Formats: sequence, structure tokens, C-alpha cells
Amino acid sequence: MLTRLLSGDTPRSGLLTALLLIVLISLAFAPFLFPGTRSLETAARICIFIVLVASYDLLLGYAGIVSFAHTMFFGIGAYGTALALSTTGPGYGSLIWGTAAGAVVAAVFALAIGLFSLRVKAIFFAMVTLAVASAFAVFVSQMSWLTGGEDGLNYKIPRELTPAFKLIDEKILGVRINGKLLAYYLVFFVSAILFLVMLRIVNSPFGRTLKAVRDNAFRAEAIGYRVVWYRTTATILSAVMAALAGSLLAIWLRYTGPATTLSMEIMIDILLMVVIGGMGTLYGAVLGATLFILAQTYLQTLMGVAADASSAVPLFSTLVAPERWLLWLGVLFILSVYFFPSGIVGRLRAGRA
Amino acid sequence: MSNTAVKPRIEKIPLKEKLFQKLPVFLVPVLALTGLAAIGNPSSWLTLTVAGLAMGMMIFIMASGLTVVFGLMDVINFGHGAFVAVGAFVGFTVLAWLAGWTASPSVMLNLAAVLIAILAAMLITGLLGLAFERVIVMPVYGEHLKQILVTMGGLIVAQQMIYVVWGPDELHISRPQALQGSFVIGEAAIEKYRLVAVAIGLALFLAMRHILKKTKIGLLVRAGVENGEMVEALGYRIRRLFLIVFMTGSALAGLGGVMWGLYQETITAHMGSEIMVLVFIVVIIGGLGSVEGCFIGAMLVGLLANYTAFLAPKVALISTIALMVVILMWRPQGLYPVVKAK
Repeated sequence: MLTRLLSGDTPRSGLLTALLLIVLISLAFAPFLFPGTRSLETAARICIFIVLVASYDLLLGYAGIVSFAHTMFFGIGAYGTALALSTTGPGYGSLIWGTAAGAVVAAVFALAIGLFSLRVKAIFFAMVTLAVASAFAVFVSQMSWLTGGEDGLNYKIPRELTPAFKLIDEKILGVRINGKLLAYYLVFFVSAILFLVMLRIVNSPFGRTLKAVRDNAFRAEAIGYRVVWYRTTATILSAVMAALAGSLLAIWLRYTGPATTLSMEIMIDILLMVVIGGMGTLYGAVLGATLFILAQTYLQTLMGVAADASSAVPLFSTLVAPERWLLWLGVLFILSVYFFPSGIVGRLRAGRA
Repeated sequence: MSNTAVKPRIEKIPLKEKLFQKLPVFLVPVLALTGLAAIGNPSSWLTLTVAGLAMGMMIFIMASGLTVVFGLMDVINFGHGAFVAVGAFVGFTVLAWLAGWTASPSVMLNLAAVLIAILAAMLITGLLGLAFERVIVMPVYGEHLKQILVTMGGLIVAQQMIYVVWGPDELHISRPQALQGSFVIGEAAIEKYRLVAVAIGLALFLAMRHILKKTKIGLLVRAGVENGEMVEALGYRIRRLFLIVFMTGSALAGLGGVMWGLYQETITAHMGSEIMVLVFIVVIIGGLGSVEGCFIGAMLVGLLANYTAFLAPKVALISTIALMVVILMWRPQGLYPVVKAK
């Protein structure tokens, strides 16, 4: 049953299984284990980013395509939901059609970009997506009458998902059972389902062909697989998943703006998460996203301590200043591309063998 | 003996085909004339055209290094933007030191200060290129996926190091006295600095063409683009050639950074990645690896960006993407494809 749920792709390493279970349990019971708004925000962010990073891994790790337009699809999903909620009011109907519209638009965009540039080289695709995504980000921030520009959109979501709504009056384990909690569990379960769907995709014959195309496109073509078709389909699937993750973020934050969805920083974050976690395995996305977001939220505090402690050493203290955490992750990123391209997960699996 | 020597046979290309090959050259005047028709007012058209050419030249300076590096080594450096930013920061620091020179009314002192700033920036970015090639790019030759990832990582680290060295704030500096202000021709105002940028860009383009077409090292670079293994088999150390070209490309990015910085008068650590979008569009339009294509692409992008910024400001960046799409539909490999799709 469990193996079926995981599509036969078990973690295959004791330590990895343990880590994944810790992440799963922590996320599943986050509101009870780690009370407080900040930790709930972090937990929801981790859920959403696991989906986003896994969908990127579908493209980068399984299909071997580098895209810099992933945040564009993420943003399309978020803006789809946001626009539907802000124009037609906070109902479940508008929530659903907004999400669906976002996913469809993302799929169409992905199809266009894919057909257009996947025929040539991987490097070409990377450059085209970078240009298109940046142009899209600028475009969105300039269409202020529709998207709210740089300020983004604030909107209401269905009342059952807001803190104002109370399911039961009593507290359970010291936690108030309110709409925020429901929203968290909505995010959690949808993320879990999407993750399992992606696990199903990569372990299907389609996923296997994708890996073949990644490893030797020429040979795959010779055997009779239409390489362009497989690559384009992978791009579309990953775009749709990213759009759905964007919709989750839009529901959770009740705000959508360029900085939270479209910025290049987020794109780089995703790239770091995939590579550090491990390319070509979706469990890598789980670990990568979790570690990265924890680092983003809590490493800065730690580095602040280090900077204070070393304030006597002039250059060193600026290097460990809390704002410079990305520097260290960048170094870690380069090192992981060289020395363990299969990331944490690859390391753990190799350790067992 | 001389009787038996076989003369190389040079195939005659029919005039029609020759013209077709040269077709992209005419795109620039066609675009300029279309711009004139769309804008209607000749004096604002002149201002915009000079502005567009200046912007195009600066983009060309930054993009040329990238495209030659790609053509020769099959490496696309996503960290190229970092060199642009570092060049700008170094240049600004030098100009700030030479504040006495830049503020003085003497044209010579002004230009000397700018020249020193440019040389310093090119030196530093060239050396940075050396380090970048040795440490970051060398282990991943031939692996595109890793190249993209690793150079992107290099970009992140370099941008963060700019924060460490120069602090998180953006820098402002005003142009030297001699480069401020503008000429007025009829009703059209033309900024002096833009003319300087056009002159430098044009000189660089001609110099690059000369080096690539007429000198030994240019011959080697072109041969390396065509068939690197063969060049190596003939006894040339292609790795060293790679390194020289990479360093030159980085130094050019630094030059472009200083010029762009002086154009905007404000620089941030992120300026490199912002400009890289335009640089990539130009390189794609021109055809990866082609200097001529890159030049024409840069002119097209510069002109189009300025015309649309005047006519419909909201779609300026989208218009360059549209240009890229149109060009790629016409020639899927760019205007002058040099490197065959691998």
C-alpha cells in the first residue's frame, strides 16, 4: 500500500527515510508541535516550496532542461488565483476557476516556449527562458491597473480559511482550531497530493523515457521516441505544477506581488534547493526545500551571533554578517555541483550501497 | 613543381545568395526608417536614434565577450553579468579617488580620469576572469547543464562579494564635466556621452573585426570555433587560447560595466543580472558565437528599446522579446549562425 502510494520509489536508505519521516511528521503536526505564527508560516512555505522545487526537479533533474522561467509559471498560478479572488469576490468558485485558469495559462505559455526553443540546445532554452521571465516580471509590475504593480494584490479568501473563523471554541493541545489552521491543512494536503502525483509521473514509463532523453537524446530519438514531444510535455507538466504551487501560495498569504512570486531571487532559491537537495530525485526536493527555508529563516540569526562574536576580526565579520547568508549558500551550491551532483539524497543513497 | 600546384578553387557565390547573406545588415536602417515613420518628428527621432545606438554599442561591448567565449569554448557564462557589475564598481571607485580630475574643467584631465577608471576596471575584471575560468569553468568544460548551474553559482557569490566589499547601498557618481551636457542640432538634443559611447563601441567593433580577420591570434580563434581538436592537433595550446579569450571577454564586460554605469550614473550589485537579459537577447538574435551578428543584434535592440520607450513605454522590454521571436522565426539559429547546434 505504502509502496504503491510512493509509486515504488522508496527512499532506499535508512537515514534518508528517517529524515523524510521527520520532515513529514513535523509538517503534518506543525501547528501542534511548533506553536506560533512564525513557525506556521515557515511550515506552510516549506510545503509550497516542496511542490515548487519538485516540479522544477521534474524539468532539471529528470529531463535535463535548465529553465529560468519557473518563477514565471509560479507567478502565473498565484496571479490567476489572486485576480479571480479580487475581482469576483471571496468564494470557492472563484478560487477554483482562478487556479484552473492559472494552470491553463501556464501550460499554454510552457507549450509556446517549449515548441519555440526546445528544438535547439539546452543552453538556448536557458537563455530564452531567462529573457522571457524577466520581461514577464517587468510586464506584470507595469500592468498596475490589473496586477497592482509593485504593490501587488491584497484580497479576501473564503471566510472558512481565515483566522476569524472558529471551528470549535475550545483549544486542542493548546492550539486554537481556526480558519488559519484549516488553511494550513489545505496547503499541506494539496502539497502532499501534488508531490505524490509527481512521484507517480517520474516513475511511470513516461518518466523513464524522460531520463533516457536526458542521458542520450540522440539515442532516444534513434530508438523511436520523439524527443521534442517528451521535452515539451515535461515542460508543460512542470509549469502546471508550479502554477498550482503558486495558487497555494496565493491562498496562504492572501497577498500576491512580484517580490513573492516572480523575482529572480526566488528562481535562484529554487535552483539552490534542487541542487543542494539532489537533482533527479524528488526526495531531494523535500530535503532541499526544507533545509533551505529553515536556513533562510533561522541561519541568519545564527550568523548574527557569529558576526557579533567575531566583530574584532574586520573582514571575517562582514563575511558572516546575517545578510550574507546567500554567499555561503552560493559557495555550497558550487561545491555541490562539483563534488556531489546528486545532492544530499544521492550522498545518502550512495552511503548505504 | 609550381606547374603541378593545385590552385584552391573558390566557389563563386551568385549575387542573389550573397545579398541574402548580407540581408541582416539592412535590418538596422530599415528599423531606423520605420522608427522615423512611427515617430514622425525628425528631431526627436534623431535624439532617440543616437540614444538607441549608444545603448546598442554598450550592450555590444558587454555581449561581444560572451558570444566569442561561447563560439570558441562552447561555454555560456551566466556569471558574465557579475563582471559587468564588478567593472562598474571598480570604475566608480577609481573615479571617486580621482574626484579632483573629474570635477576640473580641463577636458584632458576628465578624459584621463575616465581612461584610468576604464583600464583599472578592465584589469580587475580580466584577472577575475582568469580566476573564474580556472576555478569555476575549467572543471565543467563540455557539460552544459553543469556550466549553467556553476556559472550561476559564481554569479551569486560574486554579487554577494560586491556587497561585502562595497556595502549594500547603490553608488552614485556624476559624469566628468566634459561628458556632461549635450549638443543641440536643430531641435534635437544629443548627449555628448552618447556620442562617446557610440565612438568607443564602433572602434571596438572595428578592432575586433580586424583582430579576428587579419591577425594570427584571430585566425586561431576562428579556427578554434570551427574545429578545436584540429587546432590542438596542429600544436597550438587551445587551453591557453581559451584562457586569453575568456579574460578578454571578462575585461570587455568590465569596460561595458563602467560605460553603462557612467550612462546611468547609479550602480547596484544587481545591475549585471538586469543587463544580462538584454545581453542574452542580443546574443541569441545575433547567432551564438558571431561578433557581426552580435553587433547588428545590439543595434536593433538598442534602437527598438528607445523607440518603443518613446512610443509605448509599457511594452519596451516586451518589444525586444518580440524582436527576438520574430528573428528566430526567420532564422532559428540567429542572424549569423556560427556554431552548429549540438
